[in-house]
Amino acid sequence: MNELPEDRHYLRLRHDKIGPIRFTSQRDIARVLERLLRRVRLPVAWSEGFSPHPLLSFSLALPTGAESLAEYVDIRLEQPYEDLKGLVADLTEMAPAGMDFHSAGAWQGSRGSLQEQVTSCTWEMEVVGMSTTAIAERLAAVVNAPALIVSRNRKGKMVTDDIRPAILNLEAATEIPGRPSSQGTTAWIRAELETKERGIRPQELITALDADLLLVRPRRQAQWMEQVEGRCEPLTREGQLPANDVTQGPGGQS
Amino acid sequence: MDNLYNQIEMILSSVEKPARYVGGELGAQKPSWDDEAVRWLMIYPDTYEVGLPNQGLQILYEIINEREAGHAERAYAPWVDMEAAMREAKIPLFSLENFAPAAAFDVIAFNLAAELVYTNVINLIDLAGLPIYAADRVDGMPLMIAGGHCTYNPEPLALFLDVVVLGDGEEVIGEIHDLLLAAGREGLSRSETLERLSHIEGVYVPSLYERREDGRVLPIDSAKTPAIIEKRTIADLGAWPYPKQQLVPLMEVVHDRLNVEVFRGCTRGCRFCQAGMITRPVRERPAEQVIDMVKKGIERTGYDELTLTSLSTADFSDIEPTVSAIVDDEDHGGRVSVSLPSLRVDAFTVGTAAKIQQVKRTGLTFAPEGGTWRMRKVINKLISDEDLFGAVDAAFSQGWRRIKLYFLIGLPTETDEDVLGIAELGRRCVEIGRKYNHNVTITASVGGFVPKPQTPFQWYGMNTAEELQRKVRLLRDDARGSRGLTIRWHDPAASVAEGIASKGDRRLAPVLEAVWRDGGTFQEWSERFELDRWLLALDDAGLSVDDICHSDRGQLDPLPWDHLSAGLHPDFLWGEWQDSIAEQGLEDCRWTPCYDCGACTNFGLEHVVASAVPPAGGSQGTGQGLELSAVPVSLSATSS
Repeated sequence: MNELPEDRHYLRLRHDKIGPIRFTSQRDIARVLERLLRRVRLPVAWSEGFSPHPLLSFSLALPTGAESLAEYVDIRLEQPYEDLKGLVADLTEMAPAGMDFHSAGAWQGSRGSLQEQVTSCTWEMEVVGMSTTAIAERLAAVVNAPALIVSRNRKGKMVTDDIRPAILNLEAATEIPGRPSSQGTTAWIRAELETKERGIRPQELITALDADLLLVRPRRQAQWMEQVEGRCEPLTREGQLPANDVTQGPGGQS
Repeated sequence: MDNLYNQIEMILSSVEKPARYVGGELGAQKPSWDDEAVRWLMIYPDTYEVGLPNQGLQILYEIINEREAGHAERAYAPWVDMEAAMREAKIPLFSLENFAPAAAFDVIAFNLAAELVYTNVINLIDLAGLPIYAADRVDGMPLMIAGGHCTYNPEPLALFLDVVVLGDGEEVIGEIHDLLLAAGREGLSRSETLERLSHIEGVYVPSLYERREDGRVLPIDSAKTPAIIEKRTIADLGAWPYPKQQLVPLMEVVHDRLNVEVFRGCTRGCRFCQAGMITRPVRERPAEQVIDMVKKGIERTGYDELTLTSLSTADFSDIEPTVSAIVDDEDHGGRVSVSLPSLRVDAFTVGTAAKIQQVKRTGLTFAPEGGTWRMRKVINKLISDEDLFGAVDAAFSQGWRRIKLYFLIGLPTETDEDVLGIAELGRRCVEIGRKYNHNVTITASVGGFVPKPQTPFQWYGMNTAEELQRKVRLLRDDARGSRGLTIRWHDPAASVAEGIASKGDRRLAPVLEAVWRDGGTFQEWSERFELDRWLLALDDAGLSVDDICHSDRGQLDPLPWDHLSAGLHPDFLWGEWQDSIAEQGLEDCRWTPCYDCGACTNFGLEHVVASAVPPAGGSQGTGQGLELSAVPVSLSATSS
């Protein structure tokens, strides 16, 4: 536990959250994950002090009720762990339904935290309450407008905010390949939303678009971070870590 | 069968904690609906967080799913917001495995662990879309069955339930299941099925009995049904290593850890304790089986915390080697923490607790129950002051800073001096702690005593809410300004409602219905409870709260539960009631000669206890300590 930062071993895991498990909270998933890691006997490092806890750090909290194809957790290890393929398979087998693991990436040294490095997320949202045409018109209007002002109650004071800058991309779709509608609906919104500065969440966007619109099933498709070469995922489904992110130590991927 | 998930999904975004309603636990089973089976919906009638950990329900869930043509799913009481959303969307009560409507099951089985859930039971029957009264339900509708500790007086719910089962469920549930399977194949009617069920030992069919004017409950046809229904008892806990696949929920629940039952039953003989009276005799699980269940459970669940459950785990014969084997197991990487619920009050027990709680020594809880030695002799909780001080000294000296003490007020023969004794004990404990640390705290948690059926105090009329409130004030005022001592108390009004539900008879049916119709569900949740609802409903039904629970009853007065038996001889219970008033204690029969309470002799059973001698440490129930002067306990901190 007292080794130098550049000697520390880390692991990043990527998993889904699909189906009824979407109704669990981020905190629930953290607890599920802690139990899973004990079951596969991963040598997780623990903090010291009065109340020791396993050293896990998560990416941006997924709102309760949202699905995701791109959830990440970084784990500090007591010693390197070799068999990443086997680990991913074991975790998927033991995890609750809807929580499939796709890849793992290991490195030595420090990377920036997931929460700091992720700058935007791509969302696909099933919605009801408006026709597809009406939705498409509304989205076009928002994209072309210089600002999208929302107001909210903050500690008893009404504050207004422009969330337009946080909308990086916004489009309507009548279907999404490979994703059958759960409720017989045909309206979908795909959006890329900023997470830094004044980041916005799917529900906030939908409320700002139209009061009649009901968000049925938001799904986080991807989380993005900025690299010199352009944006990339913190860990691809194939297990690729960003190349230039290790700030100290020899780095390296598996 | 309808799978209601798509409809349920649409309302989940608008309710608190939606994970309560989606199941998906590790260990959850998903029986298919294709085959011919008897389908059980097992319900714990409280919130998911409170109900999910219930071990009784989990045991029976596994036993039925393992059985031929067995099919068991689960449900819990939806919280108020979810219930409203379900009613608005016309979604009935559903199971968490197949999201199937409750009315599609053959049996709806309720675990009755606390009286204040009775209105939830009624609400759940209604939410299933079924008539709440048994008499209004017809062929093709599920049978409403109840088990659990409250079934030793099920009379308040008698008109709502079809079947009540007394005692350990492991064996009898299989017999009921097989009978229902045969009844289905033979095409028996509802009433024929019920009559046949009433012939199974331990099964009570309330509709085959009637309440007479004098209060006695008798068979309508005594040629067909027994006058007294005896409970069921499994002889050997080791033959039932359940749950084998404890449920691990996706969300946080109470007791969110591995639970392994080390023994069932308790013969300490505390006279207020219903659990200790109705679950006799003591049946220990073999230590090797405990260790094996723990090992497999830890590996399977990933939990790093476990509780060895029982009514008094420190009394388990092999407690020390068992705990050592668990804590020292290399496979668990030394990170498994063990907790012992209901610590016995003595220094020795604290030593054991210290060994297993190396990491977090946040708080310890003891339950002396009575503030004076006299009071503790009345209730037969034979802990001397020295036992308690020894335990407290051991705890503070070994690093604990906060100790919680549980007490009851409103006990038989209680005087104000006994009540004030609680504060006095608390102050003495703070004093002991301050030898080791200036910031120790003692919290005395005070509950109003509710006498329970099938105990020596079943004849005792409990204190009124006003009297309990007066005693709380007396205690609070006396403790004011006592540094390090905090008094907490439960709402005396809730104790009275519990008393009504515990000691009432069939005439309570319209009362429970009225409380439910008035919105009185989740009555054990203080924010949802109002005693006035109950008192008004009693008034409307022409019943008196004094008659039901505040007046003492005589030996010859009929009790609403006289036709139900936990095996205890009425003479034994009455004798204990008389000895109680005479401040006369009774020893633990595990280690002293049998006094024939009936629990063993009535059923041809005996204790299954690995050790023939009482555990070390303390004076209670070990043949010592009935006189204060004779207690050889030192205040030394070393205990092991």
